[in-house]
Amino acid sequence: MTTHLAFLHGVDPWIFTFSFITVFVTVWMGFRSAKTSKTASDFFVAGRSVSVGWNASAISGEYLSAASFMGIAGMVMSSGYDALWYPVCYACGYLFLLLFIAGPLRRFGAYTIPDFAEGRFDSPLFRKIAVCFVLFIGFFYTMPQMKGAGVTLAYIFPGIPYWAGVVLVGAVITLNVALGGMKGITLVQAVQYWIKLFAISVPIFVLASVYGFYGTHIGANDDGRRDKLAPQAAAEVQTIARKPLVEKAPRDTAWVSPFGPLTTKAVNAAAAALPLEQRAAYLAEYQKPYSLLYTYSLIMALVCGTAGLPHILVRFYTNPNGVAAKRTTMWVMILIGVFYVFPPVFGVIGRNLMPELYSGVGAKGTDKVVLELPTLLGARFGVLGSILSGITCAGAFAAFMSTFSGLLVSMTGALAHDVYGRMLRPKSTPEERLMAFKFAAVLIGGVAIVLGCFVELLEINFMVGQAFAIAAASYFPLLFMSVWWRGMTMKGAATGMLTGGLCALVAAALTNLSTLSLDKGPMGKVFAGFAPLNGFWAHHPLLRILCEQPAIWTVPVAITLMVVVSKATTASVPADIRMKMLVLHAPEQLGLKQEYIQEHQAGAGH
Amino acid sequence: MSTPPPTPDTVHSEEFLRLLMRRQLKLSVACAATFLIALLGMPLLNYFAPALMATRVAGFTLTWLILGILFFPFVWIISWRFIKRSIALEEDEVKSVKR
Repeated sequence: MTTHLAFLHGVDPWIFTFSFITVFVTVWMGFRSAKTSKTASDFFVAGRSVSVGWNASAISGEYLSAASFMGIAGMVMSSGYDALWYPVCYACGYLFLLLFIAGPLRRFGAYTIPDFAEGRFDSPLFRKIAVCFVLFIGFFYTMPQMKGAGVTLAYIFPGIPYWAGVVLVGAVITLNVALGGMKGITLVQAVQYWIKLFAISVPIFVLASVYGFYGTHIGANDDGRRDKLAPQAAAEVQTIARKPLVEKAPRDTAWVSPFGPLTTKAVNAAAAALPLEQRAAYLAEYQKPYSLLYTYSLIMALVCGTAGLPHILVRFYTNPNGVAAKRTTMWVMILIGVFYVFPPVFGVIGRNLMPELYSGVGAKGTDKVVLELPTLLGARFGVLGSILSGITCAGAFAAFMSTFSGLLVSMTGALAHDVYGRMLRPKSTPEERLMAFKFAAVLIGGVAIVLGCFVELLEINFMVGQAFAIAAASYFPLLFMSVWWRGMTMKGAATGMLTGGLCALVAAALTNLSTLSLDKGPMGKVFAGFAPLNGFWAHHPLLRILCEQPAIWTVPVAITLMVVVSKATTASVPADIRMKMLVLHAPEQLGLKQEYIQEHQAGAGH
Repeated sequence: MSTPPPTPDTVHSEEFLRLLMRRQLKLSVACAATFLIALLGMPLLNYFAPALMATRVAGFTLTWLILGILFFPFVWIISWRFIKRSIALEEDEVKSVKR
C-alpha cells in the first residue's frame, strides 16, 4: 500500500477532502437520479414541472465550464484587458440566443439542432450532416475541460504528471456516463451552479478584504503612476505589496490597456523577424489596426457561437410554457453575469501577488491561478488558505465534470442514436442500441482523453473560444437563417454550414498544431512537422490572425453561401414552408404546433 | 395598423405571417442594435480615444470598469425590456386572432 500512496506526498488534506467530496456527491447524485429517469423523454417531461429558479440555475450550471472557472482568470493574468472580452461575450452571447433563436426553436419543438435541421427541411440526410458538427464542436469543447482536469489534479497531487490527471478524471466520468449515471439532471446541474458561484466568490471576498480590492489591484498596474497622482491615491497603491514581475510577464501599460499582448502577438512576432531599424515603423503601422481586427473577430466568434452551442439549447424545453422560458432566460443572464464578474479578479490579484506563475508552462502556468491564489492566506491565517483553496478546487471539479459529462452525453447520443441507430443499423433492437450507447460513450471518452493529453500547452480559455468559433460558422448561420428566411433550402443550408464550419475547424486546428510545435519538450517533437507554419506566419501576420480568430470571415462566407445556393435551388424550398414559419413564429396559445403535427403525419402516410 | 378582417382562416393567411414575422424581427433587431452599438463601439472608443478610456476611476481604467463590470447590468436591462415587450406582443397577436 505504501508504494501506492507515494503520490500522496505533499498533498494538502483540506484541498483533497473538498475535492473528493465534490466528486463523490456528483457521481452519487447522478446515479441516484438516473434510477428515476431512464429515457430522454422522461428527462424532458419531468423537466417541465421544474420551477423557473431551478431551471435557470441548471442552465447556468451547465454553461459554466472549466474555461469560465479557471480559464478566464488565467487568461486575464497572462494577457490583461483583452481577455475581458471572453467573460463579457460568454454572458452577452446569451442575449443573441434570446433575441433571435430561443423563442422560435422552442415553439418548433425540436429538442436538438439535428432535430431542427431535419424538421425544418424535411430531410433525414441533412440531419446526418448536421450531426457531424455536434462531434466537431464537442471535441474542441472537451479538450479544454480535460486540460482543466489535468491542471487541477496536478495541483492537488504535486507528484503526478499532467496526463495522469486527464486519464483519471476522463475515465471516471466516461465510466459514469457509460453506466447510465450523470445524465443532464436538472437538480445536479442546479446545485453545481451554486457550488461554482460560492467557490469563486467567497475566496475573492476574503482575499480582497486582506490584500486590497479589485480596483486597487488594477490601480497598482501603472508604469508612470506615481508622479502624476494625488498623495492619497498614491498611498492607496502602496498598501499593495506587489511582488516584482518576472521576465515573461507583460509590462503594466500593455497589460492594463486594450490591444495588449493577446491581440498583438502576431504583429509582434512579424516585427521580430524584421531587421532592427524597420521594427518601430512596422509596429506603428500595423499593430493597432490588426489588433482591432482581432478583437472584432473574437467578439463575433463568441457572441454568435453562444447561440450555436449544441448542449445549451436543449434546456429551453424544460420550461412549462413560453412565458416561463423567457423568464428563465432572464434569470440565466443574471446568474451567469454575476458569476463572470469574479474570475477576472483572480487574474488581477494573481498578477500582483503570484507573478511566479508567469514562468510556469502548461499545468504549472497561469491557468491554475484560481486554485493556488487562496493559499497565500496560509501565511497569515494558517489553515484558512488551505480551506479556501480546497473550495476553489471543488468548484473547478464541479465545472469540468458537469460540462464534460454533459458534452459526453450529447456526443454519445449523436453517435449512438444518429450514426448507429439510423445510418449503420436502422433495424437494430433496443438492447443493441443500449450496447451501442455504452460502446460509443467509451469510444468518445477515450478520444477526448487522448486529445486532452496533447493540449497541456494551450490556454483553456483560448481552446473554448475556438469551439465557439466553429459553432459560430456552422450552427449559428443555420439556425439564424432558417428561422428568419423562408427561402432557405436544404442544399443552401448544408453548403453554407459545411463550408463555414470546416474552414473554422481547419483554421483552429492549424493554429493549435503550430503552437504545439513551438514546445521545447516532447510535444514539440511530435508536432515538429508544423513548425514551418510559424515561419510563414511571421511574414504574414494578417493570415495568422485570420487563422487564430476565423469568425470574421467564416461567418460571412457561411451566410453568403446559404443565400446564393438557396437562390439557385429555389425549387426545393419545402412545400409547406408557410406552415413551418407559422409554427416557428406564431404564439403558442394558438395551438398551431398540434395542427402541424397532425397534418404532417397525415401527409407522410405512416 | 390595418388588421385583416377576422375570418376563421386569419391565422393561415399570408398577411398574418408577414405581419407576425415583421413585428417580431423589428423588436429583436431594435434590441440587438442597442446591444451591438455598445459592444462594437467599445473597441472603436479604445482605438480612437485611448486617453479617455485610460482615465482612472477608483483604480480601474474607464474601459476596464465598463467592460468588466458595468456591461453586465446593461445587458440585463436590454433583455428585461425585450422579454416584457415580446410577451406583450404575443398577447396582442393572440387577441387579434381570437377577436
